[in-house]
Amino acid sequence: MSAAPSSDPAPADGLDPPTRSAIIRDSLGVGIATGAYGVGFGAVSVAAGLSVAQTCVLSLLVFTGASQFALVGVVAAGGAPLSGALTALLLGTRNTLYGLRMAPLLAWSGWRRVLGAHVLIDESTAMAVTRTSTPAARLAFTWTGGSIFVLWNVATAAGAVAGNALGDPRTYGLDAAVGAAFLALLWPRLHSRRNQLVGAAAAAVALGVVPLVPAGVPVLAAAGVALVAGVLVRDER
Amino acid sequence: MMWVAVAVSAAGCYLLKLAGLSVPSRVLERPVVERIADLIPVALLSALVAVQVMARGHELVIDARALGIVVAVVLLLVRAPFLVVVFGAALAAALVRLL
Repeated sequence: MSAAPSSDPAPADGLDPPTRSAIIRDSLGVGIATGAYGVGFGAVSVAAGLSVAQTCVLSLLVFTGASQFALVGVVAAGGAPLSGALTALLLGTRNTLYGLRMAPLLAWSGWRRVLGAHVLIDESTAMAVTRTSTPAARLAFTWTGGSIFVLWNVATAAGAVAGNALGDPRTYGLDAAVGAAFLALLWPRLHSRRNQLVGAAAAAVALGVVPLVPAGVPVLAAAGVALVAGVLVRDER
Repeated sequence: MMWVAVAVSAAGCYLLKLAGLSVPSRVLERPVVERIADLIPVALLSALVAVQVMARGHELVIDARALGIVVAVVLLLVRAPFLVVVFGAALAAALVRLL
């Protein structure tokens, strides 16, 4: 990739050129595949009633897909925006855990850490966490996070503008698309019996309280299932 | 109110990321914290799927969205890409509403 920040034959990071290219190629592949989801987010967000500007600001500043989908999903269901924000924050806690894992590997301080934190998400962590050296981890993290950031925002704007032009989202089944998006995000996490049980219990709790509490609250109530299960499963190990 | 929610989400989600890179790992790296943090996305996403598909106001209903989610499950089982799953579900729901 000629756009690499350092293209001299012996880069200061000590990685040989083939390794560098391989990391950058893999990172861009993941970046392109992931960034394209932004179209889905943009369309779903305006369908939920957010403006194009609000939709774009979410992708620029929140920049963590599941949290963004959660916020607009709660709003689409008629929930208070702040219930949606709280759900988004709860989902965002997993990035904190990723950060704990990544901090020693990336070994960033100062402005690099401040900037790097913004692209600390599922994919950048997944692409960097398996690297054996700090330069390799930084390269994978930066290229994955950076390419997703650019594409996710471009795609969000495109999806939001297109979604806005379409009119009533129900005609196009976009209300069904929201549930499908959450299911696709959930799917890879259903690998263990424990997670499947927690998922089923959480869905049951949420549906059980739908008739009783304001919209948005059922999803927050389901977070309680995670707390209880997290404390209780200890003894089974 | 929506802008407030956008601002709260933006500030909060960024600080959660920065905290992970800044806090000494021993503060949060405990088995119970890790388990809960691992299970929170599972619980929230499951609840979001359920509510998104079946709730209409304070009622639980089976409508075109249910068919959409069935299509999504099938597409996920055959390992279709994310966008195919999302728009496949939308298409199914849109078609059934046309009938």
